[in-house]
Amino acid sequence: MRGIAFVWQFGEVVLAIALAPLFAGWIGQCRAWMQNRSSPPLTQQYRMLRKLFNKDVALADNASRLFRTAPYVLFASMVLAAAIIPSVVTDLPFARAADAIALIGLFATARVFQALAAMDIGTSFGTMGARREMMVGFLAEPALFMVFFNAFLLFGSTALTSLVDNYATHPSVIDPSVIFAGIAFVMVLLAENARIPIDNPATHLELTMIHEAMVLEYSARHLALVEWASSVKLFNYACIGIALFLPWGIAIHGANIRAVLIALAVLVVKLAFCGAGLALIESLSAKLRIFRAPEFLAMAFLIAVLGLLVHLLLGANTSA
Amino acid sequence: MNFHIWATSAINIISTHELSSVMTVVACWLVLAIACLVRPHSIRYVARFLFPLGALACVAMSCLAAAILLSGQSPEVATLALGLPDLPFHVRLDALSAFFLMLLGLAGAGISTFAAGYFRSGEGTAPGLLGLQYHVFLASMAVVMLADDAYLFMVAWETMALTSYFLVTSQHRIPEIRRAGFLYLLMAHLGAVCILLSFGVMQGGSWQFTFDAMRNATLTPFWATAAFTLALLGFGAKAGLVPMHVWLPEAHPAAPSPVSAMMSGLMLKTAVYGLLRIAFDLLHVQFWQWGVVLLVLGLFSGLFGAIFAAVQTDMKRLLAYSSIENVGLIFTAIGLSILFAASHMPLYGALALAAALIHALNHSLFKSMLFLATGSVLHATRQRSLGKLGGLIRFMPWVATLALIGTLAIAGLPPLNGFVSEWLLLQAFLSTPQLPHAFVNMLIPLGAAALALTVALAAYVMVKFYGVIFLGQPREASLKEAHDANWLERIGLCWLAVGCVVIGVQPQLALKAAGRATGMLLGQAVAPPPSIWRIAPISSEQASYSGSIFLAVILSVVAITFLAVRLVAHGRVRRTAAWDCGYPWQNSRMQDTAEGFGQPIRHMFDSFFKMERDLPLPTDIRPRYRIHIEDRFWSALYQPVAAVVQRLADAISFLQGGRLAFYLLSSFLTLLALLVLVLWQ
Repeated sequence: MRGIAFVWQFGEVVLAIALAPLFAGWIGQCRAWMQNRSSPPLTQQYRMLRKLFNKDVALADNASRLFRTAPYVLFASMVLAAAIIPSVVTDLPFARAADAIALIGLFATARVFQALAAMDIGTSFGTMGARREMMVGFLAEPALFMVFFNAFLLFGSTALTSLVDNYATHPSVIDPSVIFAGIAFVMVLLAENARIPIDNPATHLELTMIHEAMVLEYSARHLALVEWASSVKLFNYACIGIALFLPWGIAIHGANIRAVLIALAVLVVKLAFCGAGLALIESLSAKLRIFRAPEFLAMAFLIAVLGLLVHLLLGANTSA
Repeated sequence: MNFHIWATSAINIISTHELSSVMTVVACWLVLAIACLVRPHSIRYVARFLFPLGALACVAMSCLAAAILLSGQSPEVATLALGLPDLPFHVRLDALSAFFLMLLGLAGAGISTFAAGYFRSGEGTAPGLLGLQYHVFLASMAVVMLADDAYLFMVAWETMALTSYFLVTSQHRIPEIRRAGFLYLLMAHLGAVCILLSFGVMQGGSWQFTFDAMRNATLTPFWATAAFTLALLGFGAKAGLVPMHVWLPEAHPAAPSPVSAMMSGLMLKTAVYGLLRIAFDLLHVQFWQWGVVLLVLGLFSGLFGAIFAAVQTDMKRLLAYSSIENVGLIFTAIGLSILFAASHMPLYGALALAAALIHALNHSLFKSMLFLATGSVLHATRQRSLGKLGGLIRFMPWVATLALIGTLAIAGLPPLNGFVSEWLLLQAFLSTPQLPHAFVNMLIPLGAAALALTVALAAYVMVKFYGVIFLGQPREASLKEAHDANWLERIGLCWLAVGCVVIGVQPQLALKAAGRATGMLLGQAVAPPPSIWRIAPISSEQASYSGSIFLAVILSVVAITFLAVRLVAHGRVRRTAAWDCGYPWQNSRMQDTAEGFGQPIRHMFDSFFKMERDLPLPTDIRPRYRIHIEDRFWSALYQPVAAVVQRLADAISFLQGGRLAFYLLSSFLTLLALLVLVLWQ
């Protein structure tokens, strides 16, 4: 293990933590432009975090220790996820500790902690949000797994870093299953990150919200950590998508500083495009009723399975 | 270095007498069982003195078994001076038995310690009798795992069924419990008949009932499949595989909590052991189709169990359905392993089998622990309905904290042990496209998806379980007087929680132990770990996982974040009332109920259930909402069969006239007819 790898590792994590609010802000700005509104500045998210960190915490009387610990666990899970996902370099020492399946497990851990914390105070909104979040989660998880299954069939690994390495060393022709997997992944991304059409990040209308209902009781630094963690989560998902479907430019094993700098620039450009794309999808679609959410996610799942079958059928044909 | 030499010599001493040491532990349990009768009404003597001794014997058993697995000895056999003349008992200790004995010892130690603090006087059966049944139950499970002939196996199997029946019905004055016990006994015996028939088929005309003879018998494909099917039915009934699962959600809640823990954590595993012994060791996994059958049944059980668990309102029933789910996962893994092994891919077969074994071990730890936690809750609150609990984390911090570990583990979340086995199983699923059966290849990804759905649903179920019991506001005023578990109970729970964490962060230990068993059954273990930090069962490039690094990173990031936030944020913490949306008349009844939390599942999977719903009318003065959910298998499968049996019994009931002479005559005639049949042949 070379020492430089740990430098890359550390740098990548810091990059994810630092850039994530900017990415969320960028999506907000694009949405505002597309909807013909005047937009908040790009740095709005940072200002909000600073404000929240400076406030007094208003904690419910019956909040237990679980409630106060959950934001830290949430944040730590997302940081660990950022350490596993190859966004700039693939030479990541921690990536060996967890592959894509462990990544799904990590997101599940964060989700369970958030849901438990939401149930801790015992208000009806908290439990309702927890129930809905768990519902979305258990439907999204199999779809995400199918996407990774697809990637595994193409590149023979479940470790995201090896996936990108294998892609760079054997750039195969585009397999049609990738398109299916890509669509499914975007749908999972929207659902998991509380975006339209499953949830609306900007709403405070009680009956429609999921994520906001869960964090209703949080304030000040706890809320700041929760919000920061959810923007890192969105950033992570975007980086997973980039690693799986647009891996060009990521600095593979044994890259030098120049390649890493180029990879960083490429990442910023790709994220800018992804953010604009997400904003476009969100502007074009309407929020679904909560009962339609299972249909949306079942569709994501079926598309992913279809991709898998396409791959297997084509594979059977070529080998026959 | 000295320590190393000392440890090796200790292992050598143990391993030279491994079988006799194991038999000594079994004998200890039997002695304890008899000792319980000395002062059967004294809680102090039976519970506080004898049960901890039983727990020590469990620890000894797990240490012995672990030593055997580590040293990797060849199987040891012995013939006991017991049994019928000409039909002695054979015992055998090999890697498979050792693995399951280790499981028995590990979980049994925690359960026995907890039970020492749990049993109170005046609850059903006298403590001495309970102790007798409990320890005989433990010993018979160990003998099942040691038996090397069908005779001893069946004797131990039946002893296990009977003692557990008496334990289930320890509060036999309650009619539901008697009914649950009867259903359990019935299913146990139907299963036992199937197993007996399976042994009958496997001896293959040689009339030798030792397992050695069965190993060497050659069966035609038809008879081999018949033996496998019978074994599957028999062990499936014991394990709670759908559709033989109906007794499980009735019997587990009826039993006292340590007994539920024993049944769910340990007894279901004897069925897994039996199936592995027959399918792999005695029948040598001949056909991949067996694997497909097991895979389908296992996946269906898993999904079925998870869906039903999500709509339960009784905490022990919820856990019972979750056991069905976990058994489903174990059987799925076994099925996959058979599929690989019969297709000559032993490495992947070993991977799937290791997943099955480790999941069995994990389930015995976390499920026992959760059942025990419900026992503490039951004693503290006298409530088992989820709708009357809530907020217990504030009154029972020990139980709540330990149960949180169990909850996270059973939900399959890293870095705890539940995730390890599920990760291994998913890795095995990823290797299926290399199978040589094109059609199966197409369908198995769907199986992987069903598995992922089941695992994700399990997380939903466990959030419901933990959230409704321990979080929120207490739904009844009396809950505020709830007291925490006593120290013996805490030790028992801690033991199991530590087991969950250790296997989670050091999965290579479990993988090594399981590797011995897979090596014995398939001649192949999974790839050795590339370093002591992580596991990579196929190859390092394909997939690797490290629980310890995972946990270390999360904990250190939590610590760093906490310190950083301390430095940055200066805000004080102010306690206020929870936000009430401007509606100050909120009360604890407005939280989600258990029914409410399960509502999305009921909505999505309503074809699984048979539902009766009473909705209140707007004019009701005291509106009540009631929902009753029933298993469709009852009306579709069991009730018709029961009706036919009833009709047949009615038709021949004239035989039961109550006259002894007639009974003697009919026995005599039957005997005569049989003699004629034998002579005529």
